[in-house]
Amino acid sequence: MSATPIDTGFKGSAARNAAARARLLRGLLPALSLALVLLAIAWLNPRAISYFGFSLMLNLAIPIALATIAQMFVISGNELDLSIGTFVGFVGCVTATWLKDAPLVGVAILAGSIGIYALLGALIHLRNLPSIVVTLGMSFVWQGLAILVLPKPGGKAPDWLLAIMSFKPLFIPFPIIAALLIAAVVHFGLMRTSYGVILRGSGGNPAALRRAGWSLLKTKIVLFALAGLFGVLSGMALIGITTSADANIGNGYTLLAIAGVILGGGEFVGGRVSPIGAVIGALTLALAASPLLTFMHIPPDWQVAANGAILIIVLAARVLISRRER
Amino acid sequence: MASLKTLLARPWIWSFVGALLVWLATIAFTGGYGAGGMVTAALSLAVFTVIVGVGQMFVITLGPGNVDLSLPANIGLASAVAMKVMGGSDSMIVIGLLAALACGAAIGAINYLLIWALRIPPIIATLSASFIIQSVDISYGRGLQIKPPPGFADFTNWQVLGIPVLAILTVLFTVGAAIALQRMIYGRSVLAIGQNIRAAWLAGVNVGRIRFLTYTLSGALGGLDGALLAGYFRGANVDIGNEYLLASIAVVVIGGTSVAGGKANVPGVWGAALFLVLLLTMLNTFGVSAGVRLLLTGLIIVGVITAAGGEKAVR
Repeated sequence: MSATPIDTGFKGSAARNAAARARLLRGLLPALSLALVLLAIAWLNPRAISYFGFSLMLNLAIPIALATIAQMFVISGNELDLSIGTFVGFVGCVTATWLKDAPLVGVAILAGSIGIYALLGALIHLRNLPSIVVTLGMSFVWQGLAILVLPKPGGKAPDWLLAIMSFKPLFIPFPIIAALLIAAVVHFGLMRTSYGVILRGSGGNPAALRRAGWSLLKTKIVLFALAGLFGVLSGMALIGITTSADANIGNGYTLLAIAGVILGGGEFVGGRVSPIGAVIGALTLALAASPLLTFMHIPPDWQVAANGAILIIVLAARVLISRRER
Repeated sequence: MASLKTLLARPWIWSFVGALLVWLATIAFTGGYGAGGMVTAALSLAVFTVIVGVGQMFVITLGPGNVDLSLPANIGLASAVAMKVMGGSDSMIVIGLLAALACGAAIGAINYLLIWALRIPPIIATLSASFIIQSVDISYGRGLQIKPPPGFADFTNWQVLGIPVLAILTVLFTVGAAIALQRMIYGRSVLAIGQNIRAAWLAGVNVGRIRFLTYTLSGALGGLDGALLAGYFRGANVDIGNEYLLASIAVVVIGGTSVAGGKANVPGVWGAALFLVLLLTMLNTFGVSAGVRLLLTGLIIVGVITAAGGEKAVR
């Protein structure tokens, strides 16, 4: 978006070292911002830094992290999903109704919705459509379906899901274990496998990938199907925590997920994403969203503003670092 | 025949065709009853989407990633500012409108400041800004029960021969916007930046200034929209602009403007806004439930964009 300086193709070794250091710092930035938020919480309310405190504060971090990962897959392919929030809401409504009352039908609906995501990927690629508009339209579709499935707030989460989400392991709170697991699995899949490289390459240099004989249609389908899969997981995790559903329950997740990916070091174009960063970004957002602000005694009127300010501060720090990378 | 062919090749024609089809379907359903009233109502509601749509169109034309997500919060705050400054008195209408415009323009300028100074992607910058604006609005507009001045409320609802005066003025405004886009240095610069920001910069376009102006313009139009909405719906409200986030983006793209930037289309904004408003009217007339209405709206948006098709990638 801003003009990039011309690459001279030559850099001294000192400059290269400095660039490498800056890149490392940039990679660490999501973790640093999370640490900063944690420090602030610890300073304001030391008792929050405990097994119980973390379980409580990070409660909603699992669905946010899963939705962020879903958005990250879409962003890897240079697309944007504006429907992930209402999709999470739709999945939540199905989980609290069909999945409990008729598990087989519920599973079929959820599998079908992942299929729809895959089809959207194919449609966007084949017709060369702007994903922003297609997913904008889909956000209405999912919301409409959610209201049809569950006209008024209610329903109940399946017992097995409640059992999983209220699991209390020894020493380490469940949300932290879940976050580590999600980050590790996606990191391995997207960053360490050869097809993961192809998937990211479809955002980095689609033309080169096509000339090398890879199917861009297939990569787009896979990326969108993965987004659908993690969207389903996010909706289920959310209902496992809230125990009942509401058609509007996921609406805020669209923007949270985008912010999480960017906070985690991802970029909108070029296939530059980081699963670990995305999960950390989601945790930072989940913590900064309410626990930190409550401890800082920020009046409810200004909590939204504080959220925006935190986003701006973290991104400003990132810019200062990446400017040195050049 | 050749002229028909060139007409059909215009991207914006489809949004008008869609609006016409939806309108015909509705009057077929009602047996011709209320056909004129529906057009009047559609025009008066479409105005608000067109005004923010034009601002959003200029922003989106700047190139990939450029979008103004702060419009809903901006509209909400400006509606409160306008009502407070007008204070229910007819003599303050012009000053209230100017205050709303200034408030919106300031928000737009701050948006660009964030994008420029912090090099944040516009999506995130305008999103973060909208969080802050929202809080300001909640705090500033709390319990605000000021009615618009009677003269202003009448003006926003004023009709001549079944055509809302506001719609006529907005048509004039969009003609102006189209001229600015195609015939003025500012508009050509916006298009040039959207096509290739680096080439535009090398060609001597003052990229920073044009982007600043564009975000400020979008903000100012959001502010104006807030004031007009408060007049039309007789009161300011924090949530008054909520639906204009999706609507402003949707009308731009359905209207044939490229999301990749560098290609804008002013008439299409009108067609798409009428299409969306008439679509809602049609579904309400059919008496479908809220769920089905949302579902069909979404499917139709996806259907329209699929039928219209994307342009071939440039690279």
